[in-house]
Amino acid sequence: MLDAALCVVRRDLLLAWRRKSDVATALLFFVIVASLFPLGIGAEPNLLRGIAPGVIWVAALLSSMLSLARLFAADHADGTLEQMLLGASPLGVIAAAKTIAHWIISGLPLVLIAPLIAVQYDLPAALYPVLALSLLLGTPVLSLIGAIGAALTLGLRGGGILLSLLVLPLYVPVLILGAGSVEMASAGMGGEGQLLLLAALLVAACAFAPWAIAAALRISME
Amino acid sequence: MNWFWYASPQTFYPLAGRMAPWFGFAAALLAAAGLYVGFFVAPTDAQQGEVYRVIFIHVPAAWLSMFIYLVMAGWAALGLAFNTRLSGMMASALAPTGALFTFIALWTGSLWGRPTWGTYWVWDARLTSELVLLFLYLGFIALQAAIDDPRRADRAGALLAIVGVVNVPIIYFSVKWWNTLHQGASVSLKSAPTMAATMFAGMILMAFAFWMYAIAVTLVRVRCIIREREG
Repeated sequence: MLDAALCVVRRDLLLAWRRKSDVATALLFFVIVASLFPLGIGAEPNLLRGIAPGVIWVAALLSSMLSLARLFAADHADGTLEQMLLGASPLGVIAAAKTIAHWIISGLPLVLIAPLIAVQYDLPAALYPVLALSLLLGTPVLSLIGAIGAALTLGLRGGGILLSLLVLPLYVPVLILGAGSVEMASAGMGGEGQLLLLAALLVAACAFAPWAIAAALRISME
Repeated sequence: MNWFWYASPQTFYPLAGRMAPWFGFAAALLAAAGLYVGFFVAPTDAQQGEVYRVIFIHVPAAWLSMFIYLVMAGWAALGLAFNTRLSGMMASALAPTGALFTFIALWTGSLWGRPTWGTYWVWDARLTSELVLLFLYLGFIALQAAIDDPRRADRAGALLAIVGVVNVPIIYFSVKWWNTLHQGASVSLKSAPTMAATMFAGMILMAFAFWMYAIAVTLVRVRCIIREREG
């Protein structure tokens, strides 16, 4: 079972490695969206410091959502997904493995590059760890919830835009807690409460989402 | 009585046809009574003046908007568990009514907020979670509309509704914790209502009127869906 999961993760990472531009586009999107805000609302440092956590989190949300449509599409197109459904290992495990790979490809780079955006927004250096930690806890939840939507919209016309309609409302708690933790920390009150709640969301999502993703895949593939 | 007898669209269709007018009639009667009590009997509020009367529409619509989502998810779960065709049809018949009530709750709320809070919209916990609820309804409707095969549409919608219902409390508490300006609930099961008895009566009458309306409209809509699919 674990072998199958590891195999899927390794395969998806290898595929991403062979086509690096796909990974780079999502990351570039994150950087560009985050850089657009100062152009739109002005470069006043205090204003930027105030909006930085929210902007970075919204950009992370959108960037993680953009790459969701690709999560199952290629496997669906060439029939691999069908074989995974028929295979001996539980579909939930495979779904979890694919989601982990998606997070490593699309979530982890955001965590690593976020401090760079934080520099653009003149956030105090003391906040970088909180920002990175909140993204580290929050982006896997985004991948897990998003994978449910990706599985449900598999092969539908207008899938991408429909996916955003389904998934974005469900992202609201992650956004609030993630951006909130950085804001609390910048107000000097410590963001531990939000970070713990984010961790709780992550645990709950890890427990239930693979199950829902597997059910959604079965519905879409029957 | 064998309840599963009516789980088949063929047997439910005539039953729904017979029940719908009665629920519609009850809705009209209750709405007339509720509006009369609300506009002519209930006293003017000491603090808010006449504008408070919007609660006779606003509060029942808000209640129903949440309740219908629960009922919809319940039908969805039934449909996934028993694989009955009618459950999915009921869920998709309920969604537009739920979305309508959510919209009415938001709209009347903003009309009330303008004179009372001085603004049409605030990013308050209840308003925001009601807005997210509207998005959830619209997502459900959009997903079902995008899938051509009705059975897949039912099952996909069912899963989405269940995921949504798990998320609604999380969304509510996260938003509540984020920001709160809305007045606390005036009516709760634990304590006596903090409003005049006639106001409370008008609100309850209107809530039942909305409820009956929702049932009547859903029955009519489910009849249309049965006709469309079962031909």
